[in-house]
Amino acid sequence: MMRGRPGALLATALAGILAVGLLSFVLEPYGVYLLSLWAVYTVAAIGLNLTLGYAGQISLAQATFVGVGAYATALLMPHGWPFGATLALAGGLCFGLGLLFGFPALRVQGHYLAFVTLALTTLAFLVMRNEAWLTGGVQGIAHIARPVPFTSGRAFLMLCLLVLTLVTVATWWLLRSPWGRAFIALRENPIRAASLGVDVRGYTLLSFAIGAALGGVCGSLYAPLVQYVEPSPFALALSLSLLLMVVVGGSGSFLGPYVGALVAVLLPEWLRFMQDYYLVVYAMVVMLLLAVCPDGLVGLAGRMLDRQRRGHPAEPADGGKA
Amino acid sequence: MTPAGPTPGTPVLEARDLHRSFGGVRAVNGISFSVAPGEILGVIGPNGSGKSTLFNCLLGQLPPSAGQVLLDGEDVTGMTPAALNRRGVSRTFQLLQVFPQLSVRENLILAGQEHVGSRLGRLFGRPDAGLTAAAERMLHLFRLEALADLLAGGLSYGQQKLLDAAMAFMAGPRLVLLDEPAGGVNLTLLGAFRERLRAMNQEAGSTFVVIEHNMDFVMSLCTRVICIAEGQIIADGSPQAVRENPQVIEAYLGH
Ligand SMILES: Nc1ncnc2c1ncn2[C@@H]1O[C@H](COP(=O)(O)OP(=O)(O)OP(=O)(O)O)[C@@H](O)[C@H]1O
Ligand SMILES: [Mg+2]
Repeated sequence: MMRGRPGALLATALAGILAVGLLSFVLEPYGVYLLSLWAVYTVAAIGLNLTLGYAGQISLAQATFVGVGAYATALLMPHGWPFGATLALAGGLCFGLGLLFGFPALRVQGHYLAFVTLALTTLAFLVMRNEAWLTGGVQGIAHIARPVPFTSGRAFLMLCLLVLTLVTVATWWLLRSPWGRAFIALRENPIRAASLGVDVRGYTLLSFAIGAALGGVCGSLYAPLVQYVEPSPFALALSLSLLLMVVVGGSGSFLGPYVGALVAVLLPEWLRFMQDYYLVVYAMVVMLLLAVCPDGLVGLAGRMLDRQRRGHPAEPADGGKA
Repeated sequence: MTPAGPTPGTPVLEARDLHRSFGGVRAVNGISFSVAPGEILGVIGPNGSGKSTLFNCLLGQLPPSAGQVLLDGEDVTGMTPAALNRRGVSRTFQLLQVFPQLSVRENLILAGQEHVGSRLGRLFGRPDAGLTAAAERMLHLFRLEALADLLAGGLSYGQQKLLDAAMAFMAGPRLVLLDEPAGGVNLTLLGAFRERLRAMNQEAGSTFVVIEHNMDFVMSLCTRVICIAEGQIIADGSPQAVRENPQVIEAYLGH
């Protein structure tokens, strides 16, 4: 279930991914790296958008799933696991973990749920840092090889874009299905939803599990992309950063995560010349953005399109929102 | 969604000595009644007399402090609202409850989808769960066709009220509990709305329990009426008899 014409939304997302692929041919390696990072984070943001934006469950645990996916990949690939298998395993593992993390949501909601998932993230971070026998502790795991034939920067970007494409199509299908409708119902009015036969427990857990699985998929691309994993990238800061991507792009909008991740990856780069002040400016830009458009950049774009269309009375006035 | 039929003569719904208190307030204080198949039972009573609380106890929304609820003779006390709904019981709430960010049509499809096939089947099946035709029929019955693609949150109060009621009928329920369906619906629409309900009752043979303050609406729609005051039934009978019952008049005027 999506606002606006579903087919047009999918086409827009796929066109964007294609454009990124083409763009990589005129960019320096660092630019290609940034695009890969965008693709990888977008996958995790799509997952969080499902849990938070569509199903309305505030989760600050997405970083944990990215971490689990990254470690699973880093640990298994040297044992000869093919990349596809580690990717599937990471997704599956996080799906199960997401089911577990979803249980608190059956008892608490809103800010309380945010705090519970925050605590789980902190706990998972401590495990990654302290259980050195498994994770390498603070030293982490270095020299993670990229799967052949995706060893060059550009080739690996293509792999990331391929996975992002699959995730895009699958998410699109899911949101259009009765499941997507049930997720929105959960967010808007769980009591009414239950009175219409919607299994609120089941769908709440599923929204966590599917969102988490996409976090795991992100992680299993992240590890070979940066070729080094250690605990600090998977701390609370990443959860907050992913949350920001969802909110800035437009929580509960299909295209939101793509836009939000782009802002989150590029804005710090553009503001880098400010050196120590960049975080302050970044924070102010984000606050300004949210004040001007609480429904995110995609919501803003939708409203501007609406306004333009109203200039042409011949056009039928449909929702027009992405 | 109709399981094996009950034996003839078994009430569709039966309440046995239901109680529910909130702190010191005895909102429902020993209510027993039954509803026969095909009946349209009206529930009247002053504000705060416990009508909505009774509905919530019957439908698993609130656990009763004591007493039993039977559906087709089977004890369903403590069953969840979703489970009861999947057994063919649907409802509306007193405060209108539609999904504002879904279109009118999507609201209707949502109201029916959990009754179609298995959950996994719904994921891989058609986006509308095969319910577009059923939704169109509801849109037509409740005169909502022109609004089908608008977000429900953008409708007027009365239109949302009609949508709310229409949603309760999407899954072809056997038993429907409506909490003040006429509140906020304008007079011209009200007559049509009553005819809709009557038609549903006769076509589908479904049973209704309707809480309503609009006396004309109750008197012209219901086959039987109970009056609740201070958590207890003070009158039970034909609409005419209940309206003329001195205790009922007293309860209404006394407040
Ligand atoms: N959740 C609750 N918590 C505390 N008290 C409640 C709650 N729900 C209802 N009550 C109390 O129970 C009593 C019955 O309320 P109820 O809503 O069932 O009345 P009603 O007959 O539906 O009234 P109305 O015609 O105004 O809708 C009232 O005194 C009300 O204040
Ligand atoms: Mg009430």
